[in-house]
Amino acid sequence: MTKQVQQLDRVIIRFAGDSGDGMQLTGDRFTAETAEFGNDLSTLPNFPAEIRAPAGTLPGVSSFQLHFADHDILTPGDAPNVLVAMNPAALKANLGDLPKGADIIVNTDEFTKRNLAKVGYAASPLDDDSLAEWRVHAVPLTSLTVGALDGFDMSKKDAERAKNMFALGLLSWLYHRPTEATIQFLETKFAKKPVIAKANIAAFQAGWNYGETTESFSVSYEVKPAKLEPGVYRNISGNQALAYGLVAGSVQSGLPLFLGSYPITPASDILHELSRHKNFGVRTFQAEDEIAGVGAALGAAFGGALGVTTTSGPGVVLKGETVGLAVTTELPLILVDVQRAGPSTGMPTKTEQADLLMAMFGRNGESPVPIVAAATPSDCFHAAIEATRIAVTYRTPVILLSDGYLANGSEPWRIPEVSALPVITPGFAAAPNGDDGETFHPFKRDPQTLARPWAVPGTAGLEHRIGGIEKADVTGNISYDPGNHDTMVRLRQSKIDGIDVPDLEVDDPDGDARVLVLGWGSTYGPIAAAARRVRRAGGKVAQAHLRHLNPLPKNTGEVLKSYDKVLLPEINLGQLALLLRGRFLVDVISYNRVRGLPFKAEELAGVIQDVIDSE
Amino acid sequence: MSETTLNGRGLALVPRTDAKQTMKDYKSDQEVRWCPGCGDYAILAAVQSFVPELGLRRENMVFVSGIGCSSRFPYYMNTYGFHSIHGRAPAIATGLAASRPDLSVWVITGDGDALSIGGNHLIHALRRNINLNILLFNNRIYGLTKGQYSPTSEVGKITKSTPMGSLDKPFNPISLAVGAEASFVARTIDSDRKHLQSVLREAATHRGTSLVEIYQNCNIYNDNAFEQLKDPELRDDITLRLEHGQPIVSASKAVRRTPGGGLEVVDRASVPESEILVHDAHHPDPSVAFALSRLDEPAFEHVPIGVFRSVERPSYDQLMSEQLEQAQAGGRGDLHKLLHGGDTWRIG
Repeated sequence: MTKQVQQLDRVIIRFAGDSGDGMQLTGDRFTAETAEFGNDLSTLPNFPAEIRAPAGTLPGVSSFQLHFADHDILTPGDAPNVLVAMNPAALKANLGDLPKGADIIVNTDEFTKRNLAKVGYAASPLDDDSLAEWRVHAVPLTSLTVGALDGFDMSKKDAERAKNMFALGLLSWLYHRPTEATIQFLETKFAKKPVIAKANIAAFQAGWNYGETTESFSVSYEVKPAKLEPGVYRNISGNQALAYGLVAGSVQSGLPLFLGSYPITPASDILHELSRHKNFGVRTFQAEDEIAGVGAALGAAFGGALGVTTTSGPGVVLKGETVGLAVTTELPLILVDVQRAGPSTGMPTKTEQADLLMAMFGRNGESPVPIVAAATPSDCFHAAIEATRIAVTYRTPVILLSDGYLANGSEPWRIPEVSALPVITPGFAAAPNGDDGETFHPFKRDPQTLARPWAVPGTAGLEHRIGGIEKADVTGNISYDPGNHDTMVRLRQSKIDGIDVPDLEVDDPDGDARVLVLGWGSTYGPIAAAARRVRRAGGKVAQAHLRHLNPLPKNTGEVLKSYDKVLLPEINLGQLALLLRGRFLVDVISYNRVRGLPFKAEELAGVIQDVIDSE
Repeated sequence: MSETTLNGRGLALVPRTDAKQTMKDYKSDQEVRWCPGCGDYAILAAVQSFVPELGLRRENMVFVSGIGCSSRFPYYMNTYGFHSIHGRAPAIATGLAASRPDLSVWVITGDGDALSIGGNHLIHALRRNINLNILLFNNRIYGLTKGQYSPTSEVGKITKSTPMGSLDKPFNPISLAVGAEASFVARTIDSDRKHLQSVLREAATHRGTSLVEIYQNCNIYNDNAFEQLKDPELRDDITLRLEHGQPIVSASKAVRRTPGGGLEVVDRASVPESEILVHDAHHPDPSVAFALSRLDEPAFEHVPIGVFRSVERPSYDQLMSEQLEQAQAGGRGDLHKLLHGGDTWRIG
């Protein structure tokens, strides 16, 4: 039987199942195959905070969405074209996101009376016409997998566990994905359990062959490789890119990296990743709590290391006092905040942008801290290097904002040449800087940057004491002098305000847009995709994205004031809008949704169009 | 570097100098601002006159403190110093000592700083055994905030915040440290410079975290808290001197094992020498050290002074350095290779 092959320019697939069904692994492998094939792609893992919620229930559903295309894309996609539902809960939890006409591949074996009842289905939706508006492919995934593994020396239960690889095989056939790397991956992953390795590979191949032979699938699809900029590519998640960026910051500055960290979702993977790179001289310290994590990082910075601490919002709260100490002692420090939905514990695995004002103001006293925000998963690499540059050059703590969406999402990344990365000069103090040639003044500043000298223990002649008490200008001795405090408060502020950051760039293809859509952080992808849609439909919109939130680029006010309307979508209740209104007296139009999910491009396109239409 | 070569050598990796040093070299140009009569003056003088004998390069010595009266200490030492925030000095010193094994790092803290707001960092520093010397100035009161009871104040303490008497049972810092399996635990007193310096000497050369509790008099808010230990009439009877290999006795009392396995203090004349407990500071089992730490109950009838426990186990910084060396055995990391790791593909 020769099957029809249909060409598509892009596809959005969502794998959904129980948290124990291995959906994240299945998604990761499909992503790797897709990256190898050469499509552009973007992913969105979405999983519960519970490691294993009760099986078969709605709270236990874990999903992985992948968008891939023959052209460059910016988001993991709004609505899936294909849903793989491993059980009734996965179907019920995801059906609402599915446009009519989309394909649904269901594992019929799991549609038992008991499982249906768990999620409130009175009758199986496969047996009535409630799914008539979708194209349903009923596949007994579990029993087909068990059948394929007949003869393997394993229990039925173990055989059933390979059903996600059967599904992966079927989808790999359906979209013409290369399979060799997945087979190699399974061999390596289960190297110590050869029977399990063979069983998973057999299930994977059985899934492929099933697609080839069954009549349930009459068409397979081809999505041609994307024409991306020439270069060497890899797929990378935000957390991995951020960890690599920190290693690069260490290499490019010559400073040994010291990470003090306490495990917290969704930041822990940065700790995991960095702990694997001790060959770069990286010291990772899993501290007793968030406060000790940042404290140890600051202590290491006092000793001349690149001190880093990684956390999420609840950890930032606890670290605030130590960040203030870094502000006043003027030591380099990087605090990575992988934001998640709050307040309090909130929704640990869901994304949000609501820590901006805490990053700006969440400390006692006048305590300015530079803020850098990454825009995409791969941009986390460059943002980490930029945070390093600012911290080291200006002797200041820097807050680097990522979020759950960037942290776990992934995209192809054109790997930069190491020679093209910036070189960062620590410029340690080596000799006394007093007029007498003998005295060392730890707070005598560089007139250009206002940075103070960084004199590390072990340097003879520069012994000095620093601390949290206000210091006298120049000498750094304890001072309660009113005028001196005013001077020091202003000096610390001027230093941060004067940080050299690149101008805000505006993307306006025709140059005559009257509406600007502005964003920061992880909203870059959805905003850019929305702007494209609006332009394709004939609308005119300019787009700009802020990487530096503090200080803002020098031309920010000028850019904002040169448009009739400025639209600012944020996954918070208008935090950057508040800052921009206060600073520039610009009547920014906010668009806010705080659902723990990224914006959808279609949604934002509508909002942009509405603003244009209201002109 | 292996564990056997460093054990007992807390300063083995710190560069030394042949230049002759005196107490004056270690005095900073800052005016000392404790209350007149404060016990901190005696401790500062004892430290400043002791450190020259270590023969270390002054620039490789760092004093880190938290918040409280005692935490002003680093400002007065002509070394590198970091006056940090309340309770966090052990955490800050941990990062410094873990990344710089060439430094001699000292933490100066008090009973409120170390045992109340910073209790968590203290116990974890002790269990990790990073190469630090923690000097805990215990005056059993909050001084800098003007006289509230502290976590070492006796039950029923009348203070500004407890006008009807404090309700909570105090920590015994030695029991806490032994319970956290600290590798070096000692107690000394501000007024006995010779003893204080002998304990500092042992602490400095111990590889790992050394905890030294120093009884320190606050003459403003808790004067004479340790008066029994200073009174010439009483002190020799009350003080049980702990010296490794020596029987544990005061002038009139002796320590012996009870049939139930505990310890008791008895009239020295009533027991034969052979029944008196001989101090073994190096015993790997901390239970006798713990039992010794309980002998000052009820309050101060007899108080052990000296090194309770000094055992050898690898320090965290040393193990961390060994992992780094192991990871770099095949050469230092290459950034280009790191970025190109995993599955890559070429376009164009």
